[in-house]
Amino acid sequence: MIWIFDLIILVFLVITAIISLQVKDLLSAAMILGVYSFLMCLLWSGMGAVDVAFTEAAVGAGVSAVFLISTVLRTSRRSSD
Amino acid sequence: MKILGIITVIITGFLLLQAERDFPDWGDAASPASDNRLSQHYITETINETRVSNMVTAVLADYRGYDTMFETVVIFTAGIAIIGILRVYGPSTKLEHPEPTLDTEKPDLIIETTCRLLIPIIQLFALYVIAHGHYSPGGGFQGGVIFGAAFILLALARDLQTAQKWVPENRVLNLAAIGIFIYAGHGVLSLIFGENFLDYSILTKVLPGDAIDARYHSMLGVEIGVAFTVTAIMFSIYSNLASNGKMEEGI
Repeated sequence: MIWIFDLIILVFLVITAIISLQVKDLLSAAMILGVYSFLMCLLWSGMGAVDVAFTEAAVGAGVSAVFLISTVLRTSRRSSD
Repeated sequence: MKILGIITVIITGFLLLQAERDFPDWGDAASPASDNRLSQHYITETINETRVSNMVTAVLADYRGYDTMFETVVIFTAGIAIIGILRVYGPSTKLEHPEPTLDTEKPDLIIETTCRLLIPIIQLFALYVIAHGHYSPGGGFQGGVIFGAAFILLALARDLQTAQKWVPENRVLNLAAIGIFIYAGHGVLSLIFGENFLDYSILTKVLPGDAIDARYHSMLGVEIGVAFTVTAIMFSIYSNLASNGKMEEGI
């Protein structure tokens, strides 16, 4: 039964990775990268690497998403020089 | 150029998938990673040598303590680099980008109440993660990140100035340096007592209990040091990014 969850997570992982590269809006890209990190966290915990999963959830899905979003809000797409 | 990129990606992916065949199965007991003498020692002897049931914490903070110490230094250096690049001193200039339109005059009741309830729980959970890393997943890095995230939540919900009251900008680097000082202090102290750097078992001279207890308690000590550094650096990265390095108004 567990391989179905793995399959769903892996498929969504590839989908979110492609979307976050393809999407034009940088804010959505940052959000989707957070989703990617969270799916990765689920995958780690499924494999029994709970410490890595915890780090991925705290750093990848939590703090780095906030860093990326605050960077996106503070920068503009085109250089002003 | 795009076609060239796609071809490169396909060839690399093909090679990686070919190499993947030689990997041992997931959870394979005969895989090189778990079959050698060192791993067997960690698996069988950790609980006897350190009384720490979470093997990952014991390897990170004790057996490979030297590694983790310099990982903390890497985070410290990254924080210094980010402050050095982003921080802008001098008189405040007008922002060239339009301010994100958030009404910061009157704090929203829902956000206010939620933060008031959530932030203490997040901070308590962070302390639990740091202190309970011996038994459950967690430790200094994760706990420090969660503790820093509590301050980031405060800065997001109110404004940067409110959060700066708790983690003032001029104290951040001191706080981060204190963390490394605690970590390296454990190493130097064991060096002074005549053992190897970061060999905690000799610290039984200053810590209660026997040599195993000394290793156990020192691991908690270095985790606290790591947590200090990570908390301070996480918040300083956020506050520099969110205020264009001016430390006046966040997003």
